[in-house]
Amino acid sequence: MVLLEKNMPAYELHPDTWVDQYADYLFNYAVARVSDAEIAKDLVQETFFAGLNSAKNYKGDAAERTWLVAILKRKVIDHYRKINSKKGKAEVRVNYSSSSDSEGDWLEEQVADPFSKDGDSSIENEELGLAIQECISKLPKKQSLVFNMKTIQGMSTEDICNELGINPSNLWVMIHRARTALMGCLNENWF
Amino acid sequence: MKISCEEASQICNKSQYKEAGFWQVLKLRLHVLTCKTCAKFTKKNTAFTSLCEKANLQVLSESEKEAMRKDLEKHL
Repeated sequence: MVLLEKNMPAYELHPDTWVDQYADYLFNYAVARVSDAEIAKDLVQETFFAGLNSAKNYKGDAAERTWLVAILKRKVIDHYRKINSKKGKAEVRVNYSSSSDSEGDWLEEQVADPFSKDGDSSIENEELGLAIQECISKLPKKQSLVFNMKTIQGMSTEDICNELGINPSNLWVMIHRARTALMGCLNENWF
Repeated sequence: MKISCEEASQICNKSQYKEAGFWQVLKLRLHVLTCKTCAKFTKKNTAFTSLCEKANLQVLSESEKEAMRKDLEKHL
């Protein structure tokens, strides 16, 4: 056991595989929080750099992805700090609510509408997105590439075939394998 | 009008991307009436499509990833 640990340290990072394995997952995570693709992309890039710089601090007590997500979280917070400090002083409101025509009722009218499912469903959809993304990252490279181009980027069969130099029947075989694998990987609870 | 299960699954996949023709879909429908396995597959595959839509999936394009890879290599 000791020998085994010596030969293969559990806490080893593989930065050369980061983009392939985690870029999309982290990107989805970031987009859900900053709702701007360009900013989200920069945050993912910064996360990778920060990961490299602090690679020596990686203890191996979390999976590589979890560790990167933790860094990304900090980056998102930093991002909001930055845009907030640009705004200047915090705004102080004297009125309990910004609309002046609602006198009398206080908290009652400000609580969330119990019949609104928007909050829940957007959280649920984000979790679903990350679950699918995780499954996609487990696919063979070519399959995930074809699946992403077809399903997420919505490219036409012809364009994908031209770009990857494959014929349509190759493409449909790969789509079939990818979809079958993803359906198997995705927890039954989602269906 | 009879098709194999293999053909049926291919039509089913194509129809997930709205690329199956009218006759193909008709053949699939007929096949599904008598084949339980394909009926199950079709149902799940369609559900998976709507899950993907609901999840609002985002990806970075290959060129963006390539740029990232290069940037990262410089720092390695």
